[in-house]
Amino acid sequence: MGTVDRSARDEILARIRAVRPDEPVSVPREYRTGPVAGGTVGEPGEAEAAALDGELIELLVDRLVDYRATVRRCAPQDVPGALAELLGEVPTVVVPPGAPVRWLSAYLGRIRRDGDPEPLTVADLDAPGVAVVTGCAVAIAQTGTLLLDGAPDQGRRLLSLVPDHHLCVVRAGQVVGGVPEALARLADPTRPTTLVSGPSATSDIELDRVEGVHGPRRLDVLVVTD
Amino acid sequence: MTTGTGNIVAPLPFPTAARRELADGQLRANLRRATHTIRDKRLRVVGEVPDWPALRRSGAAIKDDVLARLPELLEQFEAAATAAGATVHWARDATEACTLVTELVQRTGSTEVVKVKSMATQEIGLNEALAEVGIEAVETDLAELIVQLADDTPSHILVPAIHYNRRQIRDIFASRMPGVDLDKLTDDPPALAEAARRHLRAKFLSAKVAISGANFAVAETGTLVVVESEGNGRMCLTLPETLISVVGVEKLLPTFRDLEVFLQLLPRSSTGERMNPYTSLWTGVTPGDGPQTLHIVLVDNGRTETLADPVGRQALRCIRCSACLNVCPVYERVGGHAYGSVYPGPIGAILSPQMTGPDAGANRTLPYASTLCGACFDACPVRIDIPEVLVHLRQRGVDARRGRPSAERTAMRALAWTMRDRRRYAAALRAARRGAAPLRLVTGARGQVRRLPWPLSAWTASRDAPLPAGRTFRDWWAGRDRTGGEGTGGDRG
Amino acid sequence: MRIALFVTCVNDLVFPATGQAVVRVLERLGHTVEFPVEQSCCGQMHANSGYRAEALPLVRNFVDTFGRYDAVVAPSGSCVAMVRESYPRLAGPDPELAAAVAELAPRVHELSELLVDVLGVTDVGAAFPHRVTYHPTCHGLRMLRLGDRPLRLLRAVRGLDLVELPGAEECCGFGGTFAVKNADVSAAMLADKCAAVCDTGAAYVAAADNSCLAHIGGGLSRRGRSTPGAPRAVHYAEILASTEEEA
Ligand code: SF4
Repeated sequence: MGTVDRSARDEILARIRAVRPDEPVSVPREYRTGPVAGGTVGEPGEAEAAALDGELIELLVDRLVDYRATVRRCAPQDVPGALAELLGEVPTVVVPPGAPVRWLSAYLGRIRRDGDPEPLTVADLDAPGVAVVTGCAVAIAQTGTLLLDGAPDQGRRLLSLVPDHHLCVVRAGQVVGGVPEALARLADPTRPTTLVSGPSATSDIELDRVEGVHGPRRLDVLVVTD
Repeated sequence: MTTGTGNIVAPLPFPTAARRELADGQLRANLRRATHTIRDKRLRVVGEVPDWPALRRSGAAIKDDVLARLPELLEQFEAAATAAGATVHWARDATEACTLVTELVQRTGSTEVVKVKSMATQEIGLNEALAEVGIEAVETDLAELIVQLADDTPSHILVPAIHYNRRQIRDIFASRMPGVDLDKLTDDPPALAEAARRHLRAKFLSAKVAISGANFAVAETGTLVVVESEGNGRMCLTLPETLISVVGVEKLLPTFRDLEVFLQLLPRSSTGERMNPYTSLWTGVTPGDGPQTLHIVLVDNGRTETLADPVGRQALRCIRCSACLNVCPVYERVGGHAYGSVYPGPIGAILSPQMTGPDAGANRTLPYASTLCGACFDACPVRIDIPEVLVHLRQRGVDARRGRPSAERTAMRALAWTMRDRRRYAAALRAARRGAAPLRLVTGARGQVRRLPWPLSAWTASRDAPLPAGRTFRDWWAGRDRTGGEGTGGDRG
Repeated sequence: MRIALFVTCVNDLVFPATGQAVVRVLERLGHTVEFPVEQSCCGQMHANSGYRAEALPLVRNFVDTFGRYDAVVAPSGSCVAMVRESYPRLAGPDPELAAAVAELAPRVHELSELLVDVLGVTDVGAAFPHRVTYHPTCHGLRMLRLGDRPLRLLRAVRGLDLVELPGAEECCGFGGTFAVKNADVSAAMLADKCAAVCDTGAAYVAAADNSCLAHIGGGLSRRGRSTPGAPRAVHYAEILASTEEEA
């Protein structure tokens, strides 16, 4: 639509130029951007780094559970079994185009892969008994947050939105301490990105948190550690 | 300069509106409960973050930097968003913004739009404008939905239905929500959330057009960010074909990295959570994922007017977290409707009158709606010194009316004139003390007065007033000097 | 050390006992207190109501009066906050005055700051055998950040039973002209504060500011007319001045 009115734009910009402050502002960044564990700040040495990884995972699990997510931990070779167990009686599972085939090798229900052959419709995803399994780009221990950036193992945004049950596979190496490290890890910030912290919830009734509104009401997280 | 218009003008003087709200005991109980719940939560999650003071300083500085470089950053944002497939529009005020959005919706042929909660669209009165041309705007945030069903107006930035408790919400749903299952509808919050889910599900899945605001707009990348809880935002931002985002010009951040500060400050300050359940980031359009048409409407509506004031412009740092409302003792007693603007509480008291200019409605009474207790400044994640701005706006009001007669200014002048000279001051003290002597005879042991003449009758309407003492301090001191210091004792009050 | 007392205008006229108490406490600790009679009002009400021009002469008078002292003590959190927080802003446009303010402001102390930080005492040798609750006041809490200084002083008072005030950090609703301009909201805040004070079962509610105390005390006194035995409001300086003989 090439009919944008330039006069409002030019007038607003001119007005702002006339009144804006003329002092340049320097931005201090004294907040923490490095590793964090158990709420303490500091740069760890190499020896501490391994211990820290363990702590980060503990922290992530603690925070996810606090948000009423179901959390399981398993070794890499046990992923199919663990997923099958979490899925239980779920009749249909949806996966993004690039999800490893191995993930659902122990699951006995119906598997539908987005884009194979056709993109799944909203109705497909909204059908009763549909769960979705995705990976994630990075996870934040301090806040219990999963970042999905549309990479092939995560897929389109609606995949992790419309089904009522979302399972997310997190590898140990994807877990970081805080928000700054997580955003820095995103490969391309202009890809549609969603930060998920627990199942959908609301604080709109008496400012107290209740889980379960429009997004998936069940969030399961499988943390894969060595 | 064009001043702001829309739902930011208080129709009644604050004291009058406040009196009306104070009379509602249920309202006060609801507000007290909700604000105290959230205060405790916020303190807990903020206390968890050792670098919170550093984050606040950075947050404030990043926003100040945005204000200093606003024209360049807006142009950069426009270029980046356009390159990513968005169409960027500009609106000088509320009317222009509403006209723009209305036309954009009409061009799609839709007569229904789904909406993500957005302060900017409330500010410009978009729902009313859409209704006038026969377009139904469906609010999808739970609290907005409650307010919309109740045919009420929002009373809080974050939780527009904060003035209702669960029982009242149940009653609103029971009587106003089409097709609600009365058997399953209790006042249990999960049951209420479930009712909202059912009510809105079909609308989400069939909507062609969505309207949102944005919490942040990144100049560097053209990215928009919406921070939410329920997933209604994700539904609106993902499923429809067309998305129209209405964004105040001050919502910019220079770089993507700056989000690392604000995605820490905002959730902990607003809902008292370490992180809100869902945050969506999108840049223009992405083939195969989400709306394929994106319009971004950048709105001034009095923000430039606010920017022009060197002291008051810090109000434009606001990220609408609502922490200042939740900790405000005045807001807690009167609620949001008393402020007559979509921006209530401490931030509203400094933002509404600046955006509209002081002569709009009763907005000039808003800067007085505070005891200057400072709780808002302490809570504000971007360190807006709200008490400072309140006093500054009072001063602007006083200065603007210099030369016009005012009983208050006469009194203030007389007081200052007396106080800056020690003889005049001592004489005035003596006069006040003498004048009080006959009163003292009738006040009894506590030395408290029950009723004073106007304007101090406002004081004695609900509390007794103390009397000037029998002897001023300086008289006591003078007497003590004469008798050589020690041994004069004191006048124990 | 030359300590000057800034008694504040409200105390001078209405609560001289508070000023006298400060003198007694400091003299009991062996210090000499001076009272420069040129002092009047800090200008807080003017400045907070938007009357900067009217407040400025009072700023000048304050600086002229107290500039020569090593320490200035005031038994009022809000007046000290005015000097330390607002004077720099008010004086800003006048560089000479701003320099004088910057030089003086750090030497202006609320009583508990002088006692605890400058003189290094918490036990001032007082006795007050009553149950007391303490309202920290907004200026003391959020502008001066007095923290637990007044509480430490009160805890060291012999016989004093200090009880916690629920919701202590909440404003009492005074706010200077707010109490008159928004009288209804102020009264609602006051009612809650009085209820909290009464619930503690204390005989006294203490604070560092007589203006808040006049407001709270006025509310309690009004309540006391219907329910006798309501707590009384007292400046904590007066508690610190009390000794065994009077107790
Ligand atoms: S003024 Fe500060 S505390 Fe209030 S809503 Fe804005 S950012 Fe939040």
